[in-house]
Amino acid sequence: MENKIKKVDLIFEKVDYLEVLERSFKRTQDEIILDVIDSGLRGRGGAGFPTGLKWKFAKNEEADQKYVICNADEGEPGTFKDREILTQVPEKVLGGMALCGKATGASEGYIYLRGEYNFLLPSLYAAIDKFHAQMKELNFDFTIRIKSGSGAYVCGEETALMESMEGKRGEPRNKPPFPTTSGYLGKPTSINNVETLVFALMIAKEGPNQFKDMGTFDSRGSKVFSVSGDTPKAGIYELELGMSLEDFVNEFGDGDTKAVQIGGASGFCVARKHFKETVIGFEGIPTGGSMMLFNSTRSMYNILNDYLEFFEEESCGQCTPCRVGCQQLLKGIEAVKKGIKPPSYLDELQKLSETMKIASKCGLGQSAPNPFNSIINNFREEIIY
Amino acid sequence: MSTYKVNLKVNNLNVSVDEGTTILDAARQLNFKIPTLCHHDDLCVAGNCRVCVVEQVGNRLLPAACATPVSEGMEVLTNSMKVRQARKNIIELLLSEHNADCTKCFKSGYCELQEMANEYRTGDHIFLDVRSKNEIDISSPSIEKDDSKCIRCQRCVRTCTELQAVSALAVTHKGKEMKISTFLDKPMNDVVCTNCGQCINRCPTASLVERNYIDQVFDAIYDPKKFVVVQTAPATRVAISEEFGLGPNRSTGKMVAALRRLGFDKVLDTDFTADLTIMEEGTELLTRLKEALVDGKEVALPMMTSCSPGWIKFQEHIFPDMLDNLSTCKSPQQMFGPLAKTYYAEKINKNPADMVVVSIMPCTAKKYEAERPEMRGSGYKDVDFVLTTRELGRMIHQAGIDFEKLEDEKYDSILGESTGAAVIFGATGGVMEAALRTAYEIVTGREVPFANLNIKPVRGMDGIKEAAVKIKDVKEEWSFLEGVELKIAIAHGLANAKELMNKIKSGEADYHFIEVMACPSGCIGGGGQPIPTNMEIRKKRAAAIYEEDEKMVLRKSHENPEVTEIYKSFLHKPLGHRSHDLLHTHYYPRKRY
Repeated sequence: MENKIKKVDLIFEKVDYLEVLERSFKRTQDEIILDVIDSGLRGRGGAGFPTGLKWKFAKNEEADQKYVICNADEGEPGTFKDREILTQVPEKVLGGMALCGKATGASEGYIYLRGEYNFLLPSLYAAIDKFHAQMKELNFDFTIRIKSGSGAYVCGEETALMESMEGKRGEPRNKPPFPTTSGYLGKPTSINNVETLVFALMIAKEGPNQFKDMGTFDSRGSKVFSVSGDTPKAGIYELELGMSLEDFVNEFGDGDTKAVQIGGASGFCVARKHFKETVIGFEGIPTGGSMMLFNSTRSMYNILNDYLEFFEEESCGQCTPCRVGCQQLLKGIEAVKKGIKPPSYLDELQKLSETMKIASKCGLGQSAPNPFNSIINNFREEIIY
Repeated sequence: MSTYKVNLKVNNLNVSVDEGTTILDAARQLNFKIPTLCHHDDLCVAGNCRVCVVEQVGNRLLPAACATPVSEGMEVLTNSMKVRQARKNIIELLLSEHNADCTKCFKSGYCELQEMANEYRTGDHIFLDVRSKNEIDISSPSIEKDDSKCIRCQRCVRTCTELQAVSALAVTHKGKEMKISTFLDKPMNDVVCTNCGQCINRCPTASLVERNYIDQVFDAIYDPKKFVVVQTAPATRVAISEEFGLGPNRSTGKMVAALRRLGFDKVLDTDFTADLTIMEEGTELLTRLKEALVDGKEVALPMMTSCSPGWIKFQEHIFPDMLDNLSTCKSPQQMFGPLAKTYYAEKINKNPADMVVVSIMPCTAKKYEAERPEMRGSGYKDVDFVLTTRELGRMIHQAGIDFEKLEDEKYDSILGESTGAAVIFGATGGVMEAALRTAYEIVTGREVPFANLNIKPVRGMDGIKEAAVKIKDVKEEWSFLEGVELKIAIAHGLANAKELMNKIKSGEADYHFIEVMACPSGCIGGGGQPIPTNMEIRKKRAAAIYEEDEKMVLRKSHENPEVTEIYKSFLHKPLGHRSHDLLHTHYYPRKRY
């Protein structure tokens, strides 16, 4: 069988990032941003907002202070690629932040580090110290600090993250205004995923074409995947985007793959019958990196139950559809399983999940129904019986 | 300031509104009501209940109308199929976690969630019961907190933080455990809560209500051995009408008639002791000024009013180092209590042990105040029960009295006579105005130099008001005040009070006298007043208060003949020995945590 999976090595490649920065600092803000726009890079945290556009919005804001934030609150179940990036190539992350600082006119950057990753602090601080010295040599005014998260999943949501950074309770804000207008401390802020920042640096190094030539029209470039579950090859892989799920499973499956959860707990569950037509990418099913494979020994009820328990606990509790909706979905499948509610109750819950998707305040509540709907649609009988 | 206009369509109708307007307000301009729960006109935007979601053509998501500013060319549908489905779901979700024991609930009839559930007739209760089990917190004598009725709209939290700068209430925990709680989940009575009750005024359900003492008061009324007198605060008389759907209105006479029909033995007036407060507090101010200016003593200035028990507790918690600045005068309610059980008991030949003093107050902090151990000047508990304006409304409803049709009646005498200076205690700036009317006249022998006695600079809804009154041509015994510019300031709402206090502490401002009321707009906006509240309603109540003042024959506290009489026959002089025993008090520093 032809292997259609294309492995790439951009993220972890050791590069002379200082040289890239030195070169970039001589360019105009617009030139840097245009390259990022041209490359087609979209946010690697999962939501996929065009990175160059985000930088442009932040750049166009008039403000006495702007910020760059690196979102390293990697909390999506099944995602562990940012940890590896921060371990192996922290200097490239810092470089990406400096590049963003130059492009948007920010002189301060923050890494919001997942609380469980605090073991990385010593090495990160060492990297930052070295980086600060280098920036001084390059005569570029940009400082980076780290703020540690405290364990709430919702703080990966960009505005909740900023609330948390400001010392407040981690609750998402109303949008608009978006962070590029009013972010951390009310100042224009570009917040990017760890991986996104590294790609931006690589685009600055190589020009936009290398990146743009990979992947598909909607999903340019490559992506770091966190592969887990029933696979003999669990681990981290950088792959070109746009592959079919079938190809992916052929590469990583154990021969008995029944379903793949793409995008973690807030992502979608794809059943075997749909592997072929499912594209991994923004035109198909996007992912922040998590790919969880399940074989036929797994109960989809248990899997869904776990995801819903996760959301019931990790909702910030602020908005009604998410706070109560997550409880209702969880209690609902339990009630159907026990025969307290008829199987048709799942239809009511699917209507509810539509409400959650469109009426919740932030991405958490809007995406929490994804595993519910995709598992109910594909494995209804496993939920009922 | 020129404003930029934005054109949009709401339900296919064109509307042009100022930039920055929310979808909610744009729809209001076209007379489309979008239901809301977490939104409150007095508070910042939250956007968390989501019942106000609307459809925005071209947007996959339903934005919250209260939290989304309009944009050019926007097309909004407030009642599309998508919106209806989402809204019904959301109401159902709220009901599934809400302890809907409506037939037993104090808020039934004016609960916003109940009203919405009725309006949408969701009826099906499709979702499973996910109510939390909890003990009702009745630790506070003022406020009852029942989390099982909470819909997590956070209005109370925003009220406590933004309007009151107290932050006794906060959001804690997350997910299904998320709740509104206190520091370390301590009982309400053990935290920094000032009992102001502003949270109650804004709670859409009955999660926060006053501790109600209606049954105890009826028990006392029907106990033949008890002689039950009632006193009514200034601000209740312009708001009680709201309990009967009549809007803010002067209804002193009807209220007196209703109280008499409820069976109170005597209907008396806190306004009488408000006048008395002016005599005591005015004298205290002049004494402090003399000590400072003539005797060169270290005197705590500015002197601060002490009528508002929420403000007192706030000061005890937040500025415990400035308690000497507070006037030692008890509040009018607590002046009334001991006088009723001494002076009045003697006059009517009753044993104070058989007397029950009930107050009708716009306030929940008064319930706490009455329980303070210091408030036993008469040898008994000075004020036995404190009811809010809302509780009085409930009693009148229960007794089947048709409030609207009542003929005006007058207060009983004695302890029923008052002046216009007393009634304005109900509005922010009122105590200051009343004090100036009297103090200025005592010192100069002339009326205050303001048309028709109306001291306009101290009136109005600005959060902090400042004024200066030049004292000229004084009487001989007050010569030390000649040419002095009396500097005053007024704050209402504890966030404003805190700002003012910080200005004083930092030395940025030096006043002689400041008035602080814990509640926004003063007592008319008190935590015991009819619900709902907003600036428009409070302005109407204030207008009614000032109208009441203008209609009074006597408008200066020192002209109250009963006040003259009580000094002649009982108290002898302001700040005298008896006053000290009955009408003045001490304050105690408290911790924040």
